[in-house]
Amino acid sequence: MTQKPETPHPANSIRTGPDENGHFGPYGGRYVAETLMPLILEVEKTWHAAKEDPAFWDEFKDLATHYVGRPSPLYYAKATTEHLGGAKIYFKRDELNHTGAHKINHCLGQILVAKRMGKTRIIAETGAGQHGVATATVCALFDMPCTVFMGAEDVKRQAPNVFRMKLLGAEVVPVTSGSSTLKDAMNEALRHWVANVHDTYYLIGTVAGPHPYPEMVRDFQSVIGNEVREQLQDAEGRLPDSVVACIGGGSNAMGLFHPFLDDTSVRLIGVEAGGLGVDTEKHAASLNGGTQGVLHGMKSYFLQDEDGQITEAHSISAGLDYPGIGPEHAWLHDLKRAEYVSVTDDEALDAFQQLSKLEGIIPALEPSHAFAHVLKIAGDLPKDHLMVMNLCGRGDKDIFTVAEKLGVTL
Amino acid sequence: MNRIETIFEKLKSEGRKALVTFITAGDPDAAKSASILAALPGSGADIIEIGMPFTDPMADGPAIQAAGLRALEAGANMKQTLKMVQDFRSKNTDTPIVLMGYMNPVLAYGPDAFMKDAAAAGVDGLILVDLPPEEADELAPLAQQNGLHIIRLVTPTTDEARLQTVLNGAGGFLYYVSITGVTGTKSANVDEVGAHIKEIKKTTNLPVVAGFGIKTPEDASAMSAIADGIVVGSAIVEQIGEGADDKAISTQVQALHDALKAA
Repeated sequence: MTQKPETPHPANSIRTGPDENGHFGPYGGRYVAETLMPLILEVEKTWHAAKEDPAFWDEFKDLATHYVGRPSPLYYAKATTEHLGGAKIYFKRDELNHTGAHKINHCLGQILVAKRMGKTRIIAETGAGQHGVATATVCALFDMPCTVFMGAEDVKRQAPNVFRMKLLGAEVVPVTSGSSTLKDAMNEALRHWVANVHDTYYLIGTVAGPHPYPEMVRDFQSVIGNEVREQLQDAEGRLPDSVVACIGGGSNAMGLFHPFLDDTSVRLIGVEAGGLGVDTEKHAASLNGGTQGVLHGMKSYFLQDEDGQITEAHSISAGLDYPGIGPEHAWLHDLKRAEYVSVTDDEALDAFQQLSKLEGIIPALEPSHAFAHVLKIAGDLPKDHLMVMNLCGRGDKDIFTVAEKLGVTL
Repeated sequence: MNRIETIFEKLKSEGRKALVTFITAGDPDAAKSASILAALPGSGADIIEIGMPFTDPMADGPAIQAAGLRALEAGANMKQTLKMVQDFRSKNTDTPIVLMGYMNPVLAYGPDAFMKDAAAAGVDGLILVDLPPEEADELAPLAQQNGLHIIRLVTPTTDEARLQTVLNGAGGFLYYVSITGVTGTKSANVDEVGAHIKEIKKTTNLPVVAGFGIKTPEDASAMSAIADGIVVGSAIVEQIGEGADDKAISTQVQALHDALKAA
């Protein structure tokens, strides 16, 4: 565990964001209905007190170590490195966490915050079901009732995860409003929260939503980057030259990037879901194919038409299928501190198969996007270039989608 | 003095409470929406709120969500909404119009252009549901420059300390959200709302109008005893969704008006 007190930020640090109103440059903020404002302010107050309380982190660390299995290994991907003949590639193995992805990191942290607030029930939104499963897991652990809002379309597409959530004791509410997908599940969770502010905590699944969620989720996910920093120091005695992660809302990427923001020698590369291509209408690349706007409590980049109506995202990976992105990524994008690229469904599908065969690791479709970009660039980089890719989820959940794409009947 | 202040003075002198009616612009289509709008003042609406359609209305219940989607399906956009107000204004110079909606379509239109065009079309006030006072700096000065009131929401969760924040920069009237919930869902508890509004009126001279969860003439009558006006939205929009024409809506609005008058 490397969640330790941070070293003081240098004067020109960009790690100090957000400001007191939750803004990262022009992004972020708290664009919520007045009914929610007192509650949002209470979440912020509780979180900021917890953040300074060593007892809070002791409990978090203890669970992260013994329940989640942290630290996750940093693995030298020798076969991939030799295959590509360029950069030396490491994988951060967050797919080995309990529940099979990085989502458990912020679920654990947030349920501890909810407990401190005295809230007695948890709600969450989910797209693919990974965040829903992780939320249902921590709710089972803490014996709290859990309601997960999931687009009716996703309920159909992700039956195994729906079953998992139910096994864990959660109630899954299919959302039929709007387009019946992740953004509508988030709308519905917000509506439900407005009606149940007295006893309910909304456990948001990414570095998005109103302040303080982007900051809070980032801080829980920063365990990823902090571990990488320490583990690579042990393995190579220095910082990485580049770090690569996939981006939907941006939680795993933010957790990987944040500890390196002030280390300007480290290239930060976020890989968006390009769907059928960012020049088509079917993608989920909010930074590469979206524009500035306000949704779900934050100002950021969104997929929208010229009238400000939110458009549908598309990705082969349900976990990246969101028409917005966390506000800190929007800011890093504008500052050009991080590079944001995209890869298509087909490239991700190909990377999924290559990684399975090269390393004996079946990745989730989300990090398959990151790996597709590694495949594109690593071969042209010098052999002394150290690249760390976050392998943020395992692929068991995706075998049905992949089989269907490959024309295999299971 | 803007039309909102004028109407509340007039109502006060007549000893009446304001009937505020809500419809979504362009629902079910531009032409029908315009004729429903045109008939509202004659049926007893004192102030008209017009919803600006948005794909993701997070503070609205099923009825107003559906209204927005019907309008968008029929091709609604912000230009058309402002045009509808402009056409209405060419025949009616008295009834205040308040646009209600979400930030994103306003940002997409361009905040400066939006405020100018809305004022030119004859809009009197704005309710932006997802714009709390903390984020208002981007839009409030532009609204003010163009003579548009920013109408703030007060809710059952707004305590005394927060009320000061909400009142700072509030104009026109205060919109009291009478339930903790989204539009058109639960029914309001008149006693609780009444007690809170009484507290609020100690700190502001703005008229307080109650909305969310007021459906029937009976609801309207009960709520009018404790507020300066009431808003009926989902109940009207539901009728429109079921295919009611302007005559049917007029009858519904007239019944609400009569109930308020008799209260």
